[in-house]
Amino acid sequence: MTAMESGSLLVILATAIAFATPLVFACIGETITERAGVINLSAEGTIMLCAMVGFVAAKVTDNVWVGFVAAAIIGALIALIVAYGAITLKQSQIAIGFVLALLCSDLSAYLGNPYVRVPGPTVPPRFPIPILQDIPLIGPLFFREGDILVYAGYLLIIAAWFYFYRTRGGLTLRAIGEQPAAAFARGHNVIALRYAYTMIGGALMGIAGAAFSLDFKAGWSYRHTAGYGWIALAIVIFGGWNPLRVALGAYLFGVLQSLASVVQSAIPDLPTQMFTVAPFVLMILVLVLTSSDWLDRLLNYLPVNARRAFLRAIHAAPPAALGRPFEQD
Amino acid sequence: MKVELHHIHKHFGNVHANDDVSLTVEAGTIHGLLGENGAGKSTLVKILSGFITRDSGEIILDGRPAHIQSPADALRYGIGMLHQDPLDFPPLTVVENFMAGSLATPALLNARAAERTFSALCRQFNFDIDPQARVGDLTVGERQQLEIVRLLANGAGTLILDEPTTGISASQKTLLFDALRRLAREGKSIIFVSHKLEDVEELCDCVTVMRRGRVVGELTLRDTPTKRAADGQPAGKHVNVAARIVEMMFGKELAMPVKPATHQDEVILTLDGLILRNDRLEMSIEHLSVQRGEVIGIAGLEGSGQQLFLLTCAGLERPAGGSIRVGERDLTHKPYADFVKAGVCYLPADRLRDGLISGLTIQEHVALRMSGKGIFIDRAAAAKEAERAIATFNIRGQPDTTVERLSGGNQQRTQLALMPSPLNVLLMEHPTRGLDIESTLWVWQQLIARCNQGTAIVFASSDLDEIVQYSDRVIVFSGGRISPPIAASELTADSLGHMIGGRF
Ligand SMILES: Nc1ncnc2c1ncn2[C@@H]1O[C@H](COP(=O)(O)OP(=O)(O)OP(=O)(O)O)[C@@H](O)[C@H]1O
Ligand SMILES: [Mg+2]
Repeated sequence: MTAMESGSLLVILATAIAFATPLVFACIGETITERAGVINLSAEGTIMLCAMVGFVAAKVTDNVWVGFVAAAIIGALIALIVAYGAITLKQSQIAIGFVLALLCSDLSAYLGNPYVRVPGPTVPPRFPIPILQDIPLIGPLFFREGDILVYAGYLLIIAAWFYFYRTRGGLTLRAIGEQPAAAFARGHNVIALRYAYTMIGGALMGIAGAAFSLDFKAGWSYRHTAGYGWIALAIVIFGGWNPLRVALGAYLFGVLQSLASVVQSAIPDLPTQMFTVAPFVLMILVLVLTSSDWLDRLLNYLPVNARRAFLRAIHAAPPAALGRPFEQD
Repeated sequence: MKVELHHIHKHFGNVHANDDVSLTVEAGTIHGLLGENGAGKSTLVKILSGFITRDSGEIILDGRPAHIQSPADALRYGIGMLHQDPLDFPPLTVVENFMAGSLATPALLNARAAERTFSALCRQFNFDIDPQARVGDLTVGERQQLEIVRLLANGAGTLILDEPTTGISASQKTLLFDALRRLAREGKSIIFVSHKLEDVEELCDCVTVMRRGRVVGELTLRDTPTKRAADGQPAGKHVNVAARIVEMMFGKELAMPVKPATHQDEVILTLDGLILRNDRLEMSIEHLSVQRGEVIGIAGLEGSGQQLFLLTCAGLERPAGGSIRVGERDLTHKPYADFVKAGVCYLPADRLRDGLISGLTIQEHVALRMSGKGIFIDRAAAAKEAERAIATFNIRGQPDTTVERLSGGNQQRTQLALMPSPLNVLLMEHPTRGLDIESTLWVWQQLIARCNQGTAIVFASSDLDEIVQYSDRVIVFSGGRISPPIAASELTADSLGHMIGGRF
């Protein structure tokens, strides 16, 4: 491989990481929510509305971080509606989320109309991290090209994983999504916790929206982030509700997008829509393949212990109480 | 801690599950709570543990009124409860379950330390649970053991055990009872809900008997806890307590049925060179043939492979080798539907998870089973059939009662009512687990009637008395091995207990 080729590979991958960063926020947010047993299906609308709100807030105050805070608050408020409908009113989470997804997308188009294609503030680009950027391969790939949000994404993934599997709070979070009655019997306030985690997840989705409009897809236009909310929902499933695998899914999607843009410049004759859609289609294919059971059959040839570990790694059942309200006598 | 419940009322719809129930448990005593299925025992103890809220009534702890509206409140007062049906987190591992409910868990998890504490406690009780196993892969008994260990680790001041002895062996029971006595001596109060009179007699200082939501009698079995503490032995047992309790529970005396010889000469189930294998176990059976009308009891510690064996015979697991024949038909590696067609039926232990469908009513279960033609449910016929099942099987519920609302005993009756007829082979796990004495007798009457019609029964149970009493032959699962069949007439519950320890 020549120096130039490896250079361009590096560029592709670094671009992929950048493309994927907003999705990382959205997917981790949805993972947290779903682990608590609530589906926030409004992701598509939340991300879009928050992208608009974040952009406008940042433009008005001329401060990107105000934009992020505003987006997080709006995201949490939308999630509060989901939580109220799902947890307190015990209505169908699918219906509530779906309606909100449509409503918020339309709202973003309506309210954001005056801001279409106006210039606005963006997150300062390229923020190499000293020392880490000098590690061979890893440095240039992960720690040289990114901006502060990219690194925040890394931290979020690790923090989420650590919280889920290494802290008492995370154990409780998983518990209320699996068997709320048992968590209740152990003294946990299932309702309050579900509210809290749904809103935290919503805030992260809001940040994802702002990450698009203030950074990785800077600006605002009609349906600026279309499709990302739905793919985020799919990636959470593909990632088996595990923050590391979910993040992997998000980055994989980034790679697909990054490749699509490279191929597009190589074959300019093909319609551009193909390249915007291709990553979504490929992602669904990957999802189908990894969740089919031929992998299990292959694994049957492994020795018992290895098989058990492996199955645990690839097999992910959704949180058992996902989407079901908690009935308390 | 002294626990007083005053005038507790609880309604579920129009069921008056607790009707003016009052109960006092002195500190340092073990208090038995008895009663037929659906009497309201679980409701009462769930109210004390905050799991369900009472309609009215008062809870007084050590003389002071306690405000218990949720389990968190109850835990603050030091009340811990083992629920009758496993209330845990099946997808999580054993250690995670242990940590999730342990008060001592630090904010940053230390799985290793928790595993050490857990294993030490397990050793103390001779429980053998793999800390890394998924709880969903454990047997009901093992899950109960896990809960017992967790509660003891929490060191509650009041311990409620809702039928804790259904899944543990005789020797484990001895260890558990010793631990409970020790806790009582330390001044803790223990409420022990059970259907097993022997257990209650052996362990409890007082008993309260409930029937149809009300307290119908109280009985002191031992004199005072101080006296018992002094000599460490049960003192002053009243004569014929069991008979009096039964009379209080059911308002009549009960006679033990005697199992008649029902087996016929025709062989119905043949296993040859069967090899069973899963993640944890590998075992084999050289040859077993079961005759029509015969009852084979399977004894062994919970989780020794009994379930795998029954699932394999039922066609729900594939054997790793060997053959299964029902009558003349070779069913090895055939799909489950063929087993059903050959008249094989399996009743699982976890009724709500595997046997019945939560959320559906009795009538809907009946409708599901009816092999109706066409796509519409014949509601009238299903209703009539459900009424009939409820009447003949004496189920305390309505056709439109959803099954998860039935008490444990009534769920089991429903499962039996749904069994197809005629049957060639009936495979059962813990056929009478959680059933009161009357229901147990009644279930076995039904089963014996099935045997008379030529059904062969293979059942696993952790109740050795049940095995010895009703089996023709017994096989013992122990330490990864399966014993050859032994005639039940040569066995007693004691000798069987020794064999489970691995000596055959
Ligand atoms: N959540 C519920 N909803 C409706 N009815 C209920 C509910 N829980 C219990 N019941 C009803 O209340 C009555 C008492 O039930 P409970 O579970 O307290 O009985 P139990 O004495 O524990 O019986 P068992 O020995 O079978 O466990 C039963 O008639 C039962 O059907
Ligand atoms: Mg009960």
